[in-house]
Amino acid sequence: MLPDANPIYGESPRCDLHADLHEIVARHCGEKTNLLQLLIEVQACAGYIPADAASYIAATLAIPRSRIESVASFYSFLHLKPAGEYRVLFSDNITDRMLGNQDLMEQMCRQLWVQPGKVSEDGLLSINTTSCTGMCDQGPAMLVNGRTITRLGSQRIQEIGQLIRNRTPVAEWPEDYFKVENNIRRGGLILNNKLAYGQVLQATKALKPEAIISTIKESNLRGRGGAGFPTGMKWEACRNADGEARYVVCNADEGEPGTFKDRVLLTAQADLVFEGMTLCARAVGAKKGFLYLRGEYRYLLNHLHAVLQRRRDSELLGEDILGERGFDFDIEIHLGAGAYICGEESALIESLEGKRGVPRNRPPFPVTNGYLQQPTAVDNVETFCQAVMALHMGAPAYRAIGTEKSSGSKLISVSGDCASPGIYEYPFGVSVRQILTDCGAVNTRAVQISGPSGMCIGEHEFDRKLGFEDLPTAGAFMVFDDSRDMFEVARNFVHFFAHESCGFCTPCRVGTSMLKQTMDKVAAGHGTQHDLTEIENLDHVLQTTSHCGLGRTACNPVLHTLKHFRPAYETRLKSLDFEPAFDLDGALARARQMTGRDDAGAHLKENE
Amino acid sequence: MTDTFQLDGVAVPFEPGQTVMQAALAADHYIPHLCYHPEFKPHGSCKLCTVKVNGRTMASCTMPAEAGLEVESEIEELNALRRTLVQMLFAEGNHFCPSCEKSGNCMLQALGYDLEVHAAGFRHQYPDRPLDASHPDILLDFNRCILCELCVRASSEVDGKNVFALAGRGNTKHLIVNAESGQLRDTDIALSDKAMQVCPVGVILPKRVGFSQPIGERRYDASPISAQALADAPRPPSGAEHD
Repeated sequence: MLPDANPIYGESPRCDLHADLHEIVARHCGEKTNLLQLLIEVQACAGYIPADAASYIAATLAIPRSRIESVASFYSFLHLKPAGEYRVLFSDNITDRMLGNQDLMEQMCRQLWVQPGKVSEDGLLSINTTSCTGMCDQGPAMLVNGRTITRLGSQRIQEIGQLIRNRTPVAEWPEDYFKVENNIRRGGLILNNKLAYGQVLQATKALKPEAIISTIKESNLRGRGGAGFPTGMKWEACRNADGEARYVVCNADEGEPGTFKDRVLLTAQADLVFEGMTLCARAVGAKKGFLYLRGEYRYLLNHLHAVLQRRRDSELLGEDILGERGFDFDIEIHLGAGAYICGEESALIESLEGKRGVPRNRPPFPVTNGYLQQPTAVDNVETFCQAVMALHMGAPAYRAIGTEKSSGSKLISVSGDCASPGIYEYPFGVSVRQILTDCGAVNTRAVQISGPSGMCIGEHEFDRKLGFEDLPTAGAFMVFDDSRDMFEVARNFVHFFAHESCGFCTPCRVGTSMLKQTMDKVAAGHGTQHDLTEIENLDHVLQTTSHCGLGRTACNPVLHTLKHFRPAYETRLKSLDFEPAFDLDGALARARQMTGRDDAGAHLKENE
Repeated sequence: MTDTFQLDGVAVPFEPGQTVMQAALAADHYIPHLCYHPEFKPHGSCKLCTVKVNGRTMASCTMPAEAGLEVESEIEELNALRRTLVQMLFAEGNHFCPSCEKSGNCMLQALGYDLEVHAAGFRHQYPDRPLDASHPDILLDFNRCILCELCVRASSEVDGKNVFALAGRGNTKHLIVNAESGQLRDTDIALSDKAMQVCPVGVILPKRVGFSQPIGERRYDASPISAQALADAPRPPSGAEHD
């Protein structure tokens, strides 16, 4: 009934879906909340989710079959139709583009005779783009069957093309392709810590949960995911909320383009992250925690499982932690599957429950009604690390680092036009100019702070300081020098938002694609003043009526670049008052493709 | 004595647990809406019901009523936003009112008239959305779907069938039916289902009765949607606690 195994499918070279499906479903105990995890495993095994496998899962889990389709189609790494034995996804952040990913993708398409976004006729492969994979410091990057490959170049693309053509299993490709460097350029409080694992947990053993919370509150620790909510208040609200069970969730869905600090923390400081989660569990009274890991970081899974197991073996996780009766806590890792919106905490919780990652209506908030409607503390990877340091040092010493309203340090993911891209840790209050100097950036035109949903600042603002008082940031720091076209930067970000909109609310679902079309129209040289007015109108609708932060910030890149770099837009405009969106010459593209022509005679003349 | 909030300067009483929308309709005040239906748990996706609460824009169908709130709804700033949202919905699907058998009974069309949407506003997308005519008694015309999920909610919460679901994401989001074949005839839908009655536009249609009620004698031919919605309200909210 199920398709036969094909040895080159997926990550594991010897996967047989027919035999494994029952085992996969059984491993997840037939739990509906594990639906997404289950589908991710089927996808990894078979390369897609076959129709009869979907029917089997629906029947076994006693859920409507349409829910499988509904959930699977929400996540861009899951496929309901064959998408090729090799699924190649080029990371398409602006930093990948600046490093030449478009040429490399074209080269690969030519080499393997395949069009972007389509499966080759023999079913061997598909090539497409995906949102930022978090490898901006070592791009251009790609995912092949979910595995990260960094530092692409023409030579490497050539080799990969050969491997695919020869049907060499991905597991047998050269190790060097998959190497991910930490690129820690400047350490600090977190990255230079010399704590032994379990040390802070042991040292705070005598503290009551309330005392943990009050230390975190006094330390002024604020969330590092961007919004900056006071962590102590969140933990306290979670502890005080009514519920049958409480949960701790670590948000490692690091999807904001240009951000890769959590990748490095999970690689180099996994113990610190898990220690922070365990301390949080003690503070709020949780027995169970989740690490929600973005699908792009799947390669970290073995490492993270090993660290978790070591902590279990050392009595730092499990029952009666460090011999304390009743202090039970364990951590489960859930994978994402290519959906930026799941970084929004309520969408993340929906995804943890095995559903589509659609942000919930709020109130109620996750601290009272989170995972399975129970009180849940969701914090960023870095926040948990900072919490450990605050408890280790004590509130006054921790508060002494940084600025008055932004205590502690911040990890900055530096990428783009600079000599040394990578991770830089600074106390809050560092100026943009200081970071630019340290990373060796010259002739800088602009910096995108905190990713596309953050702020684009120009040269006259480089003395501004990172911190909640001035420039709040989740950590992305993308540098653009004076050779870069800021319109193209904004257009890349607009495409990103249109691709990642969950589609729940009207303004974001329609507005982000309208915005994308208008930017493309301007890029194609058909823009007019009217289009800039339309962009401003769309911005207003998105900002005022969107359901969540994605829609509300989707126009930031355009608003900020229009403000600082208006000439980049205006040089593209036609002097006409109006230009129809319908592109006569563009309409002939299909005819040109079918006839294989691209000569002057196959085009309408401009300005005729 | 019950608590009240201010809606466009008028005091509106509310029961604990009611949203701004529910209280407003019960007190005979209309706030434009599409995905809200008095019999279902508020959903908050169409955003037509956006109001200003103490200066901030919120969806009134999901906003819990609180004593002393200052809510603004019938102001030009908000109606301009609502007009744009209606234009977005029209541009997103394939809505050809003159040839649509739901014309006159369609909430989207009626809102367009009531809000005085006089122009297309956006470039139409003309998406490719094939019909499903597989069922002997029911036609699905996905061209008109506005993704309000009312049929999804009705089929699951009232009919207990889960005939409908949403798939895809962003602008590829679309309605699907619960069958491996993807066809309605292979589901357990019935003409008597609640899901047959809730579509605010012309997606879910019983066959062979399209024009039995002549154009001109239809629901929104008699009175505009703003009056009609009040005539229908208030219905007691049921399943408000249901998830």
